[in-house]
Amino acid sequence: MFKILKYSFYDLMRSRWSYVYFLFYLLLGVVLLFLNNDLSKAVITLMNVIIIIVPLIGTIFGVMYYYNSKEFTELLLAQPIKRSSIFIGQYLGVALSLSMSLILGLGLPFVFYGLFESNAIWDFSLLLVTGAFLTLIFTALAFNIALYNENKIKGFGYAILVWLFLAVVYDGLFLMFLMYFESYPLDKFSLVATMFNPIDLSRILILLKLDISALLGYTGAVFQKFFGTNLGVLLSITALSVWVFIPTFNIYRKSKKKDF
Amino acid sequence: MIEIKNIHKRFGKNQVLSGIDLSISDGGIFVVLGPNGSGKTTLIKCILGMVLPNKGEIVVKDISVKNNWAYRQHIDYLPQIANFPSNLSVKELIKMIKDLRGKPGDDTGLIERFQLAPFLDKKLGNLSGGTKQKVNLLLTFMFNSPLIILDEPTSGLDPIALLRLKELIKEEKAKGKTIVITSHILSFVEEVADEIVFLLDGKVYFKGSIEALKEKTKQDDFEHAIATILIHSYV
Repeated sequence: MFKILKYSFYDLMRSRWSYVYFLFYLLLGVVLLFLNNDLSKAVITLMNVIIIIVPLIGTIFGVMYYYNSKEFTELLLAQPIKRSSIFIGQYLGVALSLSMSLILGLGLPFVFYGLFESNAIWDFSLLLVTGAFLTLIFTALAFNIALYNENKIKGFGYAILVWLFLAVVYDGLFLMFLMYFESYPLDKFSLVATMFNPIDLSRILILLKLDISALLGYTGAVFQKFFGTNLGVLLSITALSVWVFIPTFNIYRKSKKKDF
Repeated sequence: MIEIKNIHKRFGKNQVLSGIDLSISDGGIFVVLGPNGSGKTTLIKCILGMVLPNKGEIVVKDISVKNNWAYRQHIDYLPQIANFPSNLSVKELIKMIKDLRGKPGDDTGLIERFQLAPFLDKKLGNLSGGTKQKVNLLLTFMFNSPLIILDEPTSGLDPIALLRLKELIKEEKAKGKTIVITSHILSFVEEVADEIVFLLDGKVYFKGSIEALKEKTKQDDFEHAIATILIHSYV
């Protein structure tokens, strides 16, 4: 598995897109710091960008990588290598190289700006950790979609739909639901509903840590009231880990049963 | 070497293999023939464990193929379509496959044979189809495994490379290896095959030497013998 991981990782590190992605974050980080002149504010702006962009890139890259390396995967399948290690290795290769682009791209400008002397360092680290989580989650979802769909166009379509649903539609539905049933107690419902969307979960996780009650929103407030900041952070990280684990396990399961 | 017992495979509604029984003994060249969609590649992929049969058992070198992967170290496989990571150079790919198999491979002789030296530092994405197929052949023959499986090995090769390939196949056979080939190029098949297996509608229609096939179909040459089978099956 580690050999496959290593090669997928190298392959991606040499592809132009990894650099484009890296430069995008580098530019974003520099511009935000330059315009904001304030680390904490920059972190908040970054959060809003990250929780939308990272899942999108993870999904697209994951699906694209899977389909592009299909024939090569077949070559690997004929080698004396376990099936699951091929797919898990490729998945981790993609997810880790994307996470690295993110962490380096954003990290460098902040480090040069003087992150280590500021007290925003923990907020910022949490932001990067969340970004890495989102990359892992959405790349895994993308690999699942690609494994179930032989047809490239369909696979891409579903991947975009999943992203669109979790990033945009889900919140809309959620809000409509809250409005419609406003006369009922909705605390538990909204807690559970948040758990089912990794993007919402990440947003709340960061805002809890930043302790900006104005931005928390209803669910965030419920979260804080219910669990307090520390337990809330712990709980959302656990939920995110489950979100990583389940799709990854399914890659393992599905790849064992699939015909190539 | 390979025992195939009552293999059934269905893709959705499409029954590709329906009860294949086949035994391939040690040493010699076996060619799997059949019209398009007769299940040649599926059968080969079943042997490699890439396609999981619905029913039946395959045993390679006394090891059951099901849920096993280590037996593949006895097999060199040439896939039908070669597509490699476009960012890697030929040299890196060779190194990588050696590393993945955990075996030293002998590539220098093959590089010379297929005249790949000028391409070693080129990116795989920039190679022509024929050159990719040569790299594909190189990767296959690099390891000295006792079983070699070639799926359409001639596709895209120029006449010289084809000649070299035939020499290579004969040399490998002389070493006592078992070679399984699928091909549509009948002149190539006639030249190399010791035994042929003809698949039709997911079943073994014929197994034996070319001579026996000619006798069975009462035709003088191989091409007409194959055509006779196909015409009957098309009606």
